[in-house]
Amino acid sequence: MAAGAAPLRMEAAFRAARRQRRAATLLGLAVLLACLLASAWVAEAHPARLLEGLPRIGEYFHRILPTLRREALFAGAETEGSLAFWFYRLDSWAWLLFETANMAALATLMGAAAALALCFVAARNAGAPRPLALATRRLLEALRTVPEIVFALILVWAFGVGPLAGILAIALHSTGALGKLFAEAVENAGAGPWEAVRAAGGGWAEACRFGLLPQVLPNLLSYALLRFEINLRAASVIGFVGAGGIGEELYTVIAFNHYEEISAIVLLIILCVAAIDLLSERLRHHVIGAAR
Amino acid sequence: MLELQGLTRRFGAVTAVDRVSLSVPEGQMLGIIGRSGAGKSTLLRMINRLTEPSAGRILHDGRDITALSGRALRAWRADCAMIFQQFNLVQRLDVLTNVLIGRLSRRRGPLARLGALLGLFTAEERAMALALLDRFGLAETALQRAETLSGGQQQRVAICRALMQEPRLILADEPIASLDPANARAVMEALREVNRGQGLTVLCNLHDLAAARHYCDRILALQAGRVAFDGPPAELTPARVEAIYGIPEAVLAAEGAPARAALVH
Repeated sequence: MAAGAAPLRMEAAFRAARRQRRAATLLGLAVLLACLLASAWVAEAHPARLLEGLPRIGEYFHRILPTLRREALFAGAETEGSLAFWFYRLDSWAWLLFETANMAALATLMGAAAALALCFVAARNAGAPRPLALATRRLLEALRTVPEIVFALILVWAFGVGPLAGILAIALHSTGALGKLFAEAVENAGAGPWEAVRAAGGGWAEACRFGLLPQVLPNLLSYALLRFEINLRAASVIGFVGAGGIGEELYTVIAFNHYEEISAIVLLIILCVAAIDLLSERLRHHVIGAAR
Repeated sequence: MLELQGLTRRFGAVTAVDRVSLSVPEGQMLGIIGRSGAGKSTLLRMINRLTEPSAGRILHDGRDITALSGRALRAWRADCAMIFQQFNLVQRLDVLTNVLIGRLSRRRGPLARLGALLGLFTAEERAMALALLDRFGLAETALQRAETLSGGQQQRVAICRALMQEPRLILADEPIASLDPANARAVMEALREVNRGQGLTVLCNLHDLAAARHYCDRILALQAGRVAFDGPPAELTPARVEAIYGIPEAVLAAEGAPARAALVH
């Protein structure tokens, strides 16, 4: 073969491979588009209905906006158009929000603790017996597939109306969601230290505690803090079924069309989530920087 | 006395270690050499049962190691400390805790083990760890994270962790393959010192023939899982080396040199 033939041949091969890749990408996009259209058809997401409904969303937002008057903005709760009038039940809402945040915090803690125990069993690389690992993974799957609100309905029936049912419901769902993420973090950890602890005569729990946990702790913490934010939102609506928190109040004001109160409560929830977001960011950086 | 009887390990169709029989008297420093994939690591890892043998037996002072399980197996693993090529320290933990890991196996009873899980070690355990670190010139680094140490320092921390186990023997799996020559020497000296000073049996996988000749009492060569040579370093003639590696020793040394130079830079 001539000396210059190989580069030409490789260029031709490169072009052929690129053509093939492009064809595959185009085919994939076409299939995706077809699936999208099919699912839109099944879900009755017709463009006409979308266009029809869109202005009404705007209308709703317009309705829940408070009527504030600049000159009366800081007047007392009796004056229409003032902030105090908008948030006239701030004291009870604040208490309910506090309860909601506590529910979320407690549920996150319980869920994270359970997930921490289960993730080492579920992870492929941590040496738990295979049948047990598979069973644990299925359990975590089942826990995160059931929405909080469904757990809450069952638990309200069992434990009665109140925050306890809500906390347990959110904790169960969190265990499933966090357990999967934790286990994946563990699977990405290096196996060397785990093996070293086993080789030093350490048991399974010790190998996980010393060989794996320090490697994955920052990851686990940021997942748990993210879950805390998600759980705050979950705790805000779980009251819809009587499981405590501000949800019951939100449900009432939505059902009775107390428009201004809806916006007031939603705004409070957003502020709360933002506060937790800021706090968790700080905490995460602190832990990543710390020695263990 | 450590005895291997027809020890065999198969991975699918491949026989990594093939009927290796061997007895290692107390206090010997045994170097195991051979090409990559000759079965050196598998052989060592079978001795502490990180890898299960497919056939054959391991005896230590007449006790059948291959039959151990549960707590007895953990106690045996504590008796034969392992040192790894990649050190296998927990990078995000401090040096002191890494050394204390060597003590986990000596915890008896559920309460003591629970305490260890919470990271509670006794003042005696800490004193023992610090004394070991001090012996290897590492006491000052005790509170640093392991990841801040150089490779040579990390391997010496790993030796401290191994000695914390108060082992009867040490299994060193390519302890110097990731180190530059100066650190390699320091680590081999340390192993030699615990072998001579404390009378610990040392089984050491080595790539470096010169190190094996210089530090070991006896050399075992593996070739495709079988024992190709077993004797004192003096008997490992160039002809024997060529038979084991398939190339003359000079070529082998030249092959190793650039790789070692690359590790330094």
